[in-house]
Formats: sequence, structure tokens, C-alpha cells
Amino acid sequence: MAKKKNTEQPAAKPAGGLFTYAPAPESPAAAGDIASSYGHFIGGQFVDSSGSEALKTVNPATEEVLAEFAQGTEEDVDRAVAAARKAFGDWSALPGSERAKYLFRIARIIQERGRELAVLESIDNGKPIRETRDFDIPTVAAWFFYYAGWADKLDYAGFGPNPRPLGVAGQVIPWNFPLMMLAWKVAPALATGNTVVLKPAETTPLTALRFAEICRQAGLPKGVVNIVTGDGRTGAALTAHPDVNKVAFTGSTPVGRAIARQLAGSRKKLSLELGGKAANIVFDDAPIDQAVEGIVNGIFFNQGHVCCAGSRLLVQESVQDELLDALKRRMSTLRVGDPLDKNTDIGAINSAAQLARITELTEAGEAEGADRWSPECELPGTGFWFRPTLFTGVSQAHRIAQEEIFGPVLSVLTFRTPAEAVEKANNTPYGLSAGIWTEKGSRILWTAERLKAGVVWANTFNKFDPTSPFGGYKESGYGREGGRHGLEAYLDV
Amino acid sequence: MPLTGRSRSGIEWRARTPRSYRVPVRPQVSVRPRWVVALADYYARRYAALVTMSTVAANAPGVAGSGLADVAASEASLRRFLHGLPGVDQVGLEARAAALGTRSIKTTAKAYGIDLAISMIDLTTLEGADTVGKVRALCAKGRTPDPTDPTTPRVAAICVYPDMVATAKDALRGTDIQVASVATAFPAGRAALPVKLADTADAVAAGADEIDMVIDRGAFLSGRHLDVFNEIVAVKEACKRPDGSSAHLKVIFETGELQTYDNVRRVSWLAMLAGADFIKTSTGKVAVNATPPVTLLMLEAVRDFRAATGVQVGVKPAGGIRTTKDALKYLVMVNETLGDDWLTPHWFRFGASSLLNDLLMQRQKLATGRYSGPDYVTVD
Amino acid sequence: MSDTTFARLDVLKTYKLYVGGKFPRSESGRVYEVTKATSAAGAAGKREWLANVPLGTRKDARDAVLAARKAVKGWAGTTAYNRGQVLYRVAEMLQGRREQFAAEVAVSEGIGPKKAAALVDAAIDRWVWYAGWTDKVAQIAGGANPVAGPYFNLSTPEPTGVVGIVAPQAGYGHSLLGLVSVIAPAIATGNTVVVAAAAAAPLPALSLGEVLATSDVPGGVVNIISGRTADIAPTLASHQDVNALDLTGAIAADGPGAAAALEAAAADTLKRVVRPELDPFAQDWTNAPGTDRLLSFLETKTVWHPMGI
Repeated sequence: MAKKKNTEQPAAKPAGGLFTYAPAPESPAAAGDIASSYGHFIGGQFVDSSGSEALKTVNPATEEVLAEFAQGTEEDVDRAVAAARKAFGDWSALPGSERAKYLFRIARIIQERGRELAVLESIDNGKPIRETRDFDIPTVAAWFFYYAGWADKLDYAGFGPNPRPLGVAGQVIPWNFPLMMLAWKVAPALATGNTVVLKPAETTPLTALRFAEICRQAGLPKGVVNIVTGDGRTGAALTAHPDVNKVAFTGSTPVGRAIARQLAGSRKKLSLELGGKAANIVFDDAPIDQAVEGIVNGIFFNQGHVCCAGSRLLVQESVQDELLDALKRRMSTLRVGDPLDKNTDIGAINSAAQLARITELTEAGEAEGADRWSPECELPGTGFWFRPTLFTGVSQAHRIAQEEIFGPVLSVLTFRTPAEAVEKANNTPYGLSAGIWTEKGSRILWTAERLKAGVVWANTFNKFDPTSPFGGYKESGYGREGGRHGLEAYLDV
Repeated sequence: MPLTGRSRSGIEWRARTPRSYRVPVRPQVSVRPRWVVALADYYARRYAALVTMSTVAANAPGVAGSGLADVAASEASLRRFLHGLPGVDQVGLEARAAALGTRSIKTTAKAYGIDLAISMIDLTTLEGADTVGKVRALCAKGRTPDPTDPTTPRVAAICVYPDMVATAKDALRGTDIQVASVATAFPAGRAALPVKLADTADAVAAGADEIDMVIDRGAFLSGRHLDVFNEIVAVKEACKRPDGSSAHLKVIFETGELQTYDNVRRVSWLAMLAGADFIKTSTGKVAVNATPPVTLLMLEAVRDFRAATGVQVGVKPAGGIRTTKDALKYLVMVNETLGDDWLTPHWFRFGASSLLNDLLMQRQKLATGRYSGPDYVTVD
Repeated sequence: MSDTTFARLDVLKTYKLYVGGKFPRSESGRVYEVTKATSAAGAAGKREWLANVPLGTRKDARDAVLAARKAVKGWAGTTAYNRGQVLYRVAEMLQGRREQFAAEVAVSEGIGPKKAAALVDAAIDRWVWYAGWTDKVAQIAGGANPVAGPYFNLSTPEPTGVVGIVAPQAGYGHSLLGLVSVIAPAIATGNTVVVAAAAAAPLPALSLGEVLATSDVPGGVVNIISGRTADIAPTLASHQDVNALDLTGAIAADGPGAAAALEAAAADTLKRVVRPELDPFAQDWTNAPGTDRLLSFLETKTVWHPMGI
């Protein structure tokens, strides 16, 4: 294990020598009006909580409070489930072609209000506007557009004639892609004729609440989509509710495990999209410059708050030095800072709690003897920030090689042979995604076949598409989202 | 292996833009960045077997000590070397170029970028209809791009056919604007070697500071790498002046005809090994000219070549770059791939003609706050 | 030559477990009595003794999981065509022992010989049905996805790995046809299985092991354990090296509470769980199987690759 400590400073200089980019901030005002406090969206209208507890959502880049929102009570959840139940009859009886048109409408309104949603998402989540603008929001619209088309074609989806919806879907989503996760959940549920009660994450409720307005603009029948805000207590009340027929959860493996346990013995259908510790395998014949881009995109996209992030770099020993030097050089050009600046590559960590977890795990990495490296970059004084970080000299036994860090932290391990690469890649309870970099086609297929991962990106990474099934093996959860496969989770099959 | 910052032809360059350009001074070996050392070592190791092979040395200075000296000893060794370079994934390369193209360059950064871009232009006329008058007018434009604003930087060079070199040289007397001449049976390059060499020598004799040669794409595509290599070596020789100095050699690949990015990476290394001072994308005479991904790939090639040999080579995208927005995208690519070392006209050029007026209109807009129009910049 | 006439004494079979392609006794050395069922639902009163069968233990279950895990790589790695031939071979072997199985099914389920024979025929036909599926399931469960970008994108189903099965304990045809209906779809797609046999009707299951052993099914692909499901099933549910759990017989065996507890235990390692029918006694295993079970123990793997020159 003992690798010599790298005390030498990075060679590459940060971007911004002669050619320094002036600030190019998106206007926060483009996010539209943010109310000072929000209730739940139940039965087609915003209503007050039955309880008095309110939570605050802050802008992680500034630590300013953006709004207060209700901590959903069991009574609130009950009301929302009742509204969804009431709406289910008519909604599921509606011809698929009519349901489709509602979803198409929603897709279009999301496109129309794309800039507003992108700015709002960036403010509430801390992710760079470049990503919300170019990735999150376009993907949201694409998801609704894709599943809209399925609504009247379910007979042809391979689940037998006239497949039936399940009923009321309780959906709990995470904070890393707030509106996109909503789309992944809501679009297939509605297309198949279910009604939903959705709980957004407690640090990022704003785009879901804005989505409620979009449902109203689209004329969606009351109660088809209900949004109840709150923390894990609200989520637990929703997944436990006896009149919920389907539970869909995206989040951490411990919570997913708890939900699976909670639902044991019930007849609720469950789909889980949980954590990951993806290996990104770089062979010695990789297209090196693209591999570096893929590694960077794999772990620093969305501040590394990505369940399928390529957080373990497995590099063939013979190209380790070359690759790591190129990677460090590239990392030195990453621009960390104001999420609303259009040139920001890495924004704010979503919350103080998440920052603390990343800090704890990286400190563990150092304590266990791995070598830590980060490029020089100035971090803003307020807000939650973490430098893009690289650990070398990592072994499989280290916590940073085993636990999901969910931050901009890459652990580098080496291998000597393809078989060793596969063995190390699979040596984790997770199995969500993996990456392969080599120019040799047959080696790609050989490796892909052996990797225990639901998504394998070969010579690319972190690509998503509504037509492409996404989901994990092993403790990364079960069920698939996206594509024809994604329908199954919401049909009685 | 020494890291020298001199251009090979030894041409001195002076600052012309608002921010003064340092004549780049390369760091010495002792302070060479760690990754440079490692990459150089890597290449040295990777190609160690080739070093012992033969007698014909690669032409580029610095190559001798890099372990690459003998890669051009034979067609086989050259081919082995070029095909041993890391592959290029088209989709990944294009995605990276597109991502860099989304940088938002505003206010002071834009002002800086515009002036830098103007100073990097090889203002070009390469028409059968070119006349002395046309070339003189172009030179006047290059000297004083915006007569209403004397703070406007001058262009880097005027690029013409060999028979117009003397005219351009005369028109640019008293300035530091370079005269670049295309040569070697530009643009097709389909002529016998002696004709190409005579074409080159003629332009150099007429006073050309820089020679833009075209490679033999046919030879390259049919796998005759050594022929291409040797031709570059020969043209480089023809660039020599009686006083021992040499015209700066830019090697045009016509990347639109080479089709694949793998070919572009290979031909970049081939040309650099053969002694190119600059590598240039295109003639501007075919359907596909400079594109951001091709240019990005060539930027990566010069970066890696310097890491391996210590020799710095310039890059010139040419053809199809018409707007300020385009030019800024290219500068962003240079900035984020190579950094300050290449952010001067000494190491990066635009082969362009209409680009200049768009840069000038944008410059006026930044200065006055009003949008300019084509009637407010000169047509030459 | 003797004058004495006597009835020839039958040679009884010693029923054994089927684990890792071998026929061990239970590591406990213990057996339990299996008696004749008098009706499908079972009847009170004294039962006719049929056999002593191994009382499989938790340790037997763990050994079986080891064997099943060891067999995954080879079995999942065979071609789908080859797996189809192996499954068809099982049908052939079962056909040859039709009479024996009919007798065992009759006494196991308390039904007449005609019905029992029909159930064996159906079981044979079910092997044939799944034999034909091995090289088709990828085509209905996978395919190319038209992503909006220059990427080749293909989804293919892969076996989940080791599947723990609580075999059907009730319902018409459960003892053999039901058993085949849960084993065959799991192994058709490349999984390996550990089966907790029907506790009260294990004879067809243990005999099926003998058929599998002579049918080119590699050792460890199917492992069959008789005994108390309350011992065996929790071991499978909590075992970290089991990837999926089929609880088909769990309610009939030990009640809804026990089934829920198994599901909860499975949650710890996020096993894929197939829940039991609410009323397993009403289940009729002669019903057409459909593709549900075939698709239950598959993972969809989606591979992306850029398209460029």
C-alpha cells in the first residue's frame, strides 16, 4: 500500500491567467417569485399543513433562507393520499390518448419555463446553472415527452393486453436532481394511469412546488399529482400509508433498506434506486484525453452528488502516471464557485450536513493513509463548498473505496489485468453503474458482460436518456427507470 | 532535454495588444511541472524500443533527447509510432469542444478576447483574382484595422500567394506585421517536389516571414507517412535564408480531407517531428475547414509534444471562423487546454478574412454601447 | 427351489438432499417422516408412512448456497442455446420416469393416479416451455434504445445470481408441477437456485434431484433441501450471498407473519423478492405460466457506447 507521499504541488495552473473570465451571472430574478412560505399541494390547490412545524430551505451557495415550507404530518399525508385515491378512478379510466396529451402539455410548459426552472433549481440546490440549463431541465422535459407517448400504447409494451395501473403511488425523491427525479417518478406513473403523492427532499422542495403550478397550467385534473413536503418523517408516513399501492424511492441504501423492511408483508409494489460506488476502468489503450474528460464528468458532475458517479477510478498500472498527471492538469481548470455564474463547473455542496459527511470521509481517507490532492482554487467565504479532490494510493479496504461519499471526491485504485479490474470493480455491495475505457471493442464487451452494474458506460460516462433503462444490481436497488422497462414499476404485472 | 521557448525560426515578436505579451520564457528543467516530466518520461519509455533503430533523425530540435529521434527512420517505425498514439473518441472529443463552446465570455473578458483575437489574425486573401491593389488594401487594413480607433491592435500577419509577397512586404514596411505566404502548390499540393520547393524558395526570397505549406494528403491517406515527413523536412530546408535564419513554417493538414480524428492526431505528430513551427488545420478551400474539435485535438497534440520533447509548436485554425463568438470559443479552448503559454500571436493564429470586421464591430459595440453595422467598418 | 411362496419385498429408496450435484444426507443426520396425503388439502387422522426424508438444517442451506454461488459463473456463462438443450434434457429424463413421479405426486397430493399422471405430463411440458425460452427471453426483455445522441445503447437481461426458493406447499399440482414452475424459469435465464422443498410433500422434489443429476444440469445449479421451511427459508432470506428470494410457498408453509418476516430479512441485502399469493391453497399450477417468473430474476444491464469514426 505504502506509496510515496506526493508532496510536490500540482503543476497545472488554475484557469484565469492572462484570459480571466469576467463574471457571467444568471439573474436570480429569473427564478420567478419565491413565496416566503409554502404549504402542500393537495387536490389541485396549495393548502396549509395540519401541523405547525415549518422547515427552511436555504441557498447552499449563500446560506440565505429562500423560503419556509411545511413539515408534512401524517394527517397531511393522509389527506394527500385520499385526494390521489379520489382522482385515481377518473384518471385511470381516461383514454390513454387523453392522459398522453396532459403529459405532452406538461413537457411543453417545462420547456417554456425552462430558464425559470433552471435558475430556481440552481438556487435551491447549489448546482451550476450550466448543468440545470443544459442537462437537468431539458432531461425533465424529455422524460415527460417520452412517457406521454406511452400512455396510449401500453398494450404494446410487452406486459400483456390492457395492463392495469396500480393505484396511488407514493414517491420519495432525493435532493441531487430535484426536478429530474420528480420527472423520472411522475411521468411514468401518470402515463400508466396511476395518481401520485410525491415528497421532495427537505433541502430542495422549490422546483417540485413550482411543478405544482405547472400541473395547474396544464389543467391536470385535481388530485392526480399531490406534493407533500417535509423530511424523512413525512416520507416514512407516505411509504407506510395503507392506501398507497406503489412506493418508489430514490435515495440512500440505508433508507431504501428500511423502506423494503417496512413494506415486507404488504402488497405494495416497490422500486428502489439507491446508492452506488461505480468503478471507472481505464485500460492502457484508452483514448486518453476523452478518458480524462469522462473521469471528470463521472465524478465532478453535479458536485459528485450522483448515485452513479464514477467514484472509484480503476486505472491500469502501466498508464497510471500519465493518466493521473493529465487528470490533475484537467482538474486544475475546473471552476468552482457561484452556481449562477454560467462558467461555473462545480457549484455548492447541497447542505451543511452533506458537507460534513464528505469532510468526514475524506479525513478518514487521509487517516487511512491515502494521498490526497486538490487543485488550488479559491472558495467563497459563505456557503457550502468542497474542492475537487483526488485520492491516490487507495486500496479496496479503505472507507473511501467502499462507502458512497456523494461528493467531488475520486478514489484511485490500480489494476494489472482485465480480470483483476473486473474483480475489483465488482467487489462492492453496490451495482449501479460502471465505466470502461479502451479502444478495443471486444475488450469492452468482455468487460461489460462481467460487470455487475445496471448501467455500463463504455468510452463515455454519466449519460442519461428517457429511452434508456436506469437502475442497479445488488444493494443499488431494484426496478428500472426509463424506457419500456420503466413502465413495469407502475403496472400490475 | 531543454525546454526552449524560442520559435524555431528565431523571429522576434513584439507586444501589440493592450496587454503586453511577454516573449514566452519557458521554465527550465528543474522547475518543469511534474506532469510534464512524467509525460516526457512516459513517451520516452513508450518509444524506447524505437530509439535504437536507425540513423535518420527526426527533424525537430529537442526531439533528439526525447527518445523520439529515430521514429522516422523508416516507414515502418514511423507508422508504428503514429499508430501507437492514443486513440481519439470522436463523440467525446466533440462533446468536450462543444462544452468549451458554452463558456460565457462577457465584458472585460470579451474586450480582452477581441483584442487578442485581432492580434492573432493572419488576414488572408488567396484568390485567383488577387491584384496588387487588393493586397495593398488588405495590408492597409491589417495596419489600421479600425481607422476610428487607434487603440485597435494590428493583425499578426497578412497571408497571400507567393507572387504577392513582395507587394505585401512593401506595404507593411515599418510594421511588425508578418508576411505569410502559402506555398507548395497550394491548395491541392499536387505538384512535383522540386516545384513545391521552388515555390517555397521563391516566396522566402521575396521576403516571406512565414510559409504555409500543404501536406500531401494523398500520400498520407495511402499510408506513405515517410513521404509526407520527408517533404516537410525538405520544405523546412527551403525556408532557410542566406543569412542562416529561416522563415517560420506552418504545415497545413487539410483536416477536412483526412476525415478521422485519429488521422489528425497522427499527422500532427508527424508534422511536429518533421520540424513544423506551426500546425494548421485547413486551406480554406475545401468544404470542411477548421472546426472546434479538430483544433482542440491539435491543441492537445502540441501540448503533449512539448511535454515529450520540450519543443513548443503553434496552432492555426483556418477557414470558416467568421464571428467574434467563434473566435472567442477558440480562445477559450486555447486557454483551458494550453493556458497562457499559447495565448499570444506567437503561438496561436486565426487564418481568416471576414472575421476581422465582425471583431471590429463587436469592439465598437463594447466601446460605445451601441451595436455597430457593416457600414461602420471598412471593406477591403 | 423352495416350495415356500412369499411376496417379494420392495427395495425402498433412501431419499436424500440434492446439493452441489451430490446426494448428501442432512448434516444433522436427522430425518422426518413423510406420510401419505389423503386429500389435496390434507386430512386429519392417522397417515400412512411413506418415507423418512432428511431433516435439512440451516447448515445444509448454507452449504447449498455455497454450491449455488459456485455454479453461477458456469451456468450463467453457458450459451442460451446450451441451457435450452439442458432444460429439454430434463424433460426427456422426467418423461422416462413418468410412472414413478405419478405415484409420488398421487401420494403427495392425495389425488388419483390419472390426475397425478396428468400433472406429471404438465410438469414435463413445463420444462419444454422454459427450454424454449432460454434463447428468446433476451429478445423480449432487452433491446436497443433509441437515445437522443450519437450512442449505441443496448439493454440486455442478465441473471440475478443465486435465488432462494420456498417451493409451493399448497395448491393443485404443487408437489411437482408447482416445483418445476418455480425452478425452471429461474434457471432458464442463468440463475442458480436453492429450494426449500414442500415440507409435507418432498418426495417428488427429492426425486427431481435425481432427474436433474442425470440431465446435464451442472452440479450446484439446482439444490433441493427437505425439512422445516421455518429453518431453511430464514437462512436463505438473511444470507448475504443470496440475490433473490421466491416466497411462493412461504404463506402456506408458515403463515403470513413468517412470510413477512422473510421479506423483511431479505430487505437487509435488498434481495429481489417474489411475494406469495394471498391464498396459496387456491392456486392451480396447471394454469399457463406466462413470463412473469421468467422475468422476475433478471437484471437489466444497459450498455452505452459512442458511435464515431
